[in-house]
Amino acid sequence: MVARLCADRAGLQVDPEKEYLLENRLGPVARREGFAGLAEMLQTLHARGDERLVWAVVEAMSPAETVFFRDPQTFEALAAHALQDLAIRRRGETLRVWVSACGGGQEVYSLAMLLDEQARAGITLDLCASDLSERRLEKARAGVYSQFEVQRGLSARRLVRHFEKLDDSFVLTHRVRQMVRWRRVNLLEDLTPLGQFDLIFCRNVLGSMVDTARTELLGNLTRALAEGGYLVTGLGDSVSGLTALPGTGIHNAESASRAAA
Amino acid sequence: MKTCLVVDDSRVIRKVARRILEDLGFEVAEAADGADALAWCATAMPDAILLDWNMPGMSGLEVLRRLRLEPGGEVPKVVFCTIENELDRIREALAFGADEYIMKPFDGDIVAGKLAMAGAL
Repeated sequence: MVARLCADRAGLQVDPEKEYLLENRLGPVARREGFAGLAEMLQTLHARGDERLVWAVVEAMSPAETVFFRDPQTFEALAAHALQDLAIRRRGETLRVWVSACGGGQEVYSLAMLLDEQARAGITLDLCASDLSERRLEKARAGVYSQFEVQRGLSARRLVRHFEKLDDSFVLTHRVRQMVRWRRVNLLEDLTPLGQFDLIFCRNVLGSMVDTARTELLGNLTRALAEGGYLVTGLGDSVSGLTALPGTGIHNAESASRAAA
Repeated sequence: MKTCLVVDDSRVIRKVARRILEDLGFEVAEAADGADALAWCATAMPDAILLDWNMPGMSGLEVLRRLRLEPGGEVPKVVFCTIENELDRIREALAFGADEYIMKPFDGDIVAGKLAMAGAL
């Protein structure tokens, strides 16, 4: 039942072999919602399809990213190629960037730190982060990470440059936090109200989606790319209609003029 | 094979670090204090050093300062590995020439990640 809900509502593939994930991820939800245990919550879910509870379950089952600068080669290639290219083409304009499925926030803040380090005159930045889960958005927006979390993927130089100490935790500086706008987005819904973007990150959900949903999402994302824009996926994902920068997960929607040349 | 010197006054920490580093393919040497560490370096400069801060006798920071003055002392990638977790301490270590910084407690992923960032893997 949980697998079907996840597939229907968010296109998520839940492996029936991984039943232990249910207890892991849904146990806390059951306790939070005041049930005696997982079994009781699933029974209630089955008896009456309470929408709020359905979403609490689907959100908890969707994967979350927990590492800063995951796949460092992707960020290196972004800094060396894509951001340079966009900086030239968007001079005097607004650079629109969207991190979809931002999870715990590590990915969007990695990008925000990189953009802050590479800040250029004459470019206005619009950096938007979305996730399926309201709870994760709240956590991400706070920008507070444990000592363990800030040691995963984050260099000591970036830690002292972009973070402040808050009791036993570390919080991103106001300067970095205020770069990001947050909103809840279900990637399988109509994305056109969001507008078009020069750079879209979608690395954390494609691999865990059912095939039909993955195809639909890639179509939606490709349509949300501005001319010459970049789509960043996981390293293994291929995207038809876009030009891949090999080994980086970066795909470019070449402008019509360049594609024709 | 790359070599890594583990400098820590705790035998338990040295043992845990050794196991992680050997899994990463390092040949591991151990030193229980700063003087011992500098003696090691004078004999055979390692590729990487995992360095505790608070030790009896010489502090890790003093070890680093003296190391960087030695001939060939700029070669080892130095990663602090300490209970000190204030940002000013980390800034100080970087200013003295540390390449990376680990706050205890650590696990294998953190050590591997930090050594990679330091360019020692």
